[in-house]
Order: sequence, then structure tokens, then C-alpha cells
Amino acid sequence: MEHYLSLLFKAIFVENLALAFFLGMCTFLAVSKKVETAIGLGIAVVVVQTITVPVNGLIYHHLLQEGALAWLGLPELDLSFLGLITYIGVIAAMVQMLEMLLDRYFPALYQALGIFLPLITVNCAILGGSLFMVERGYDLAESTVYGFGTGFGWALALVLLAGIREKLKYSDVPNGLQGLGITFITTGLMAMAFMSFSGIQL
Amino acid sequence: MANTSVRLLLEPIVDKNPITLQILGICSALAVTTKLAPAITMSIALTAVLIGSSLIISLIRRHMPSSIRIIIQMTIIASLVILVDQILQAFAYELSKQLSVFVGLIITNCIVLGRAEAFASKNPPWPSFLDALGHGIGYSVILIGVAAIRELLGSGSLLGVQVLPLVKEGGWYEPNGLMLLAPGAFFIIGLMIWALRTWKPEQLEKPEYRIHVVHRTEAQ
Repeated sequence: MEHYLSLLFKAIFVENLALAFFLGMCTFLAVSKKVETAIGLGIAVVVVQTITVPVNGLIYHHLLQEGALAWLGLPELDLSFLGLITYIGVIAAMVQMLEMLLDRYFPALYQALGIFLPLITVNCAILGGSLFMVERGYDLAESTVYGFGTGFGWALALVLLAGIREKLKYSDVPNGLQGLGITFITTGLMAMAFMSFSGIQL
Repeated sequence: MANTSVRLLLEPIVDKNPITLQILGICSALAVTTKLAPAITMSIALTAVLIGSSLIISLIRRHMPSSIRIIIQMTIIASLVILVDQILQAFAYELSKQLSVFVGLIITNCIVLGRAEAFASKNPPWPSFLDALGHGIGYSVILIGVAAIRELLGSGSLLGVQVLPLVKEGGWYEPNGLMLLAPGAFFIIGLMIWALRTWKPEQLEKPEYRIHVVHRTEAQ
């Protein structure tokens, strides 16, 4: 249990995908103008990430890994080079399925998420989560925890930045820094704050 | 004709830079800029994928049904990225270890899909090639610039060669550790944008909110 808590804590704070690995930056900078939309996108990312990371983990361990197809009589087959194209396919399919399910059963949430749901397919944080999971060799339970943790950490950073930017628009920013420039500097300061979590072990 | 070609090639480098103006492709870029060598590898890899995908998509642009074009584009891009990844693992194993997952993340780099969608799917191969090359160079300039600053200030070297002698080796330069950490990259990009927009004022963004100073005599 402690092991999973530690993994969760690490995924949310210490190795925050947005602030420590710069993943999902495009969406991160573009959708952080309002807290409300940031929360909507944040929830969508948490859901998609919690589903896709373990599913990609299962596919890697049971179909792609070297020797995984031994039950078919092909013990020497190593399909791991097909990883990238498989993961992105799984992510696109999951997002599409989630979209249809939400539309059918939770129309209110579907309306609230709107355009952000399909955009998640090309969010590097989602693909990055799956790739890190494979690189570090997490098993099914670990990858579920890791998926949820990274999604939640990313959403947390997004909502925090949106909160800061809502206030920031009333401040007197130098002309050249207006907009994108000051957002980068703010994100840098946030990343510094998150770095104070590093070294904490549960 | 020659004029438009030059414009297509040069415009994305400064005037419409994908990173500093269009907020594209920042995602996977910043993490590989702590040292110059991986940044150069990453730039070459991205430019190669971008040119390849633009050429292929522009060649088959009349045969793609628009309802499934995104998935076709993703498949083409993913195949090219796998190719680049395998080549890197075969011929530059050390570098590919350093780049870790970030080569794979070229798939979700917004520049690649963005150019495929916005330019290559509507234009013939030659202009698409120039457009892709221009955007690749625009991306590389920023990436290599940031990496050079970070490696020089963070560890006093360039491409692994010691330029500024470090204090602990008897020199005079005390390395700035912040440059090697994540926040350093954000600050450098922010300052680069500031410098670029001071040089090219037409790239300035309009503030959302302005405090209007009204003199007391006018207000009444």
C-alpha cells in the first residue's frame, strides 16, 4: 500500500508531467485563461489518462513485449517497435469511445467538456504517460495508480495556472511580455515551487 | 514564384516562428535542452519527420477522404517517427537513451500535425516541402538557442567541451544549477519571447484589460 501511495505522490508532485517534463505544454498554455474551462479539461485528462495508461500497459505486456506471444508459438517475436503506433491508436480509440459513452449517458458532462475531449488525443501528456510507464516497467496496479497520479498532477497544475492568469490580467505587464511571455515566466515560478517537493519520500 | 518560395522558407523562422508565436511544439521540446547535443539530434529528427510527413500527405492529398484524414495523418506521422526512433537506436544508441521518450513524443508534437492539417493537405509537394523545412528550422533555432544558453550557463560547456573553467576545477566560473532544472527553460523561453517581440513589435499581444487613467478634470 505504501508503495502505491509513494508512487501516487511522486506522480502528482515530484514528477509533475507539466512542470517537470514540459508535457502537454501547448494545451497547457492555450487553455489556461479561465478556471472553469481548465477544470473541465482537467477532469477529461484525468479520466482518459487513468484508462489509457493501464490499457497500454496490458497491450505491451501481453502482445508487444519480447516473448509475449509465446502462447501463439512465436516465443522469439519482439513487436515492441510497434509500440508508438499502437499507443496512439489506443488513445484515439479510447477518446472516441469515451466521447460516445458520455454523449449517450452523461450529456451534461459531454456538453461541458465540448471541444477539449477530442483535443486530448494529441496531448503529449497522455502519450508521455504511456511511454514513461513502459520505460519504467510498471505492472497493472502500478500503471493504474501512475495514470491517475500523472493525470491529476497535470490537471492540478493547469487549474493553478488558470487561477493565477485570471488575476494576472489586471496587472501591468511590460509590452513585450504581454500574453505568452509572462505565462512562461509564471509557469517557471510555479515549476520552482513544485521543485520544493522533490526529495520527499513517503 | 521564386519570391513565394523564399517567403515560405523564411517566414516561419522569425516572423511566424512556431514556438514563440504560434505556441506549437513546445511540449516535447524543452526537456531535451539541458545539453546541446540532444537538442541538435532532436531538431534533426523533428525536421526529418516534418518534411517526410508533409511530402507524403501533400502527395496523397486528393485521395484522402476528409472524414478520416486525421487518423491517416496520425498513422503516417507515427510510422515516420518509428523509423527515426529505430535509426537513432541503431546508429546513436547513447543519444537515443538520453532523449528517452521524447523521440516518441514527436508524434504528438503539434507542429507536425498542425502543418499537415493547415498546409500540406491543401498544397502541392514543393511548397509543402519548403513550408516544412522552414518550420523545422524555426523550431531548431529556438531549441538550439535555448540548449546553448542552458549548457553554457548551467555547466560551463558547449557540446561537452569546457568553455568556461569551473571553480571546482580551479577556474573562475560558478555554474548556475537553476539553468539545468525545469524552471530555467521556462525563464529562458519567456525572456527570448520578450526580446523577439521588442525587436518585432507587430508580434505583440493586446492586453485583455487596461487600467484607464482619467484625469480628475476630465472625469467631471
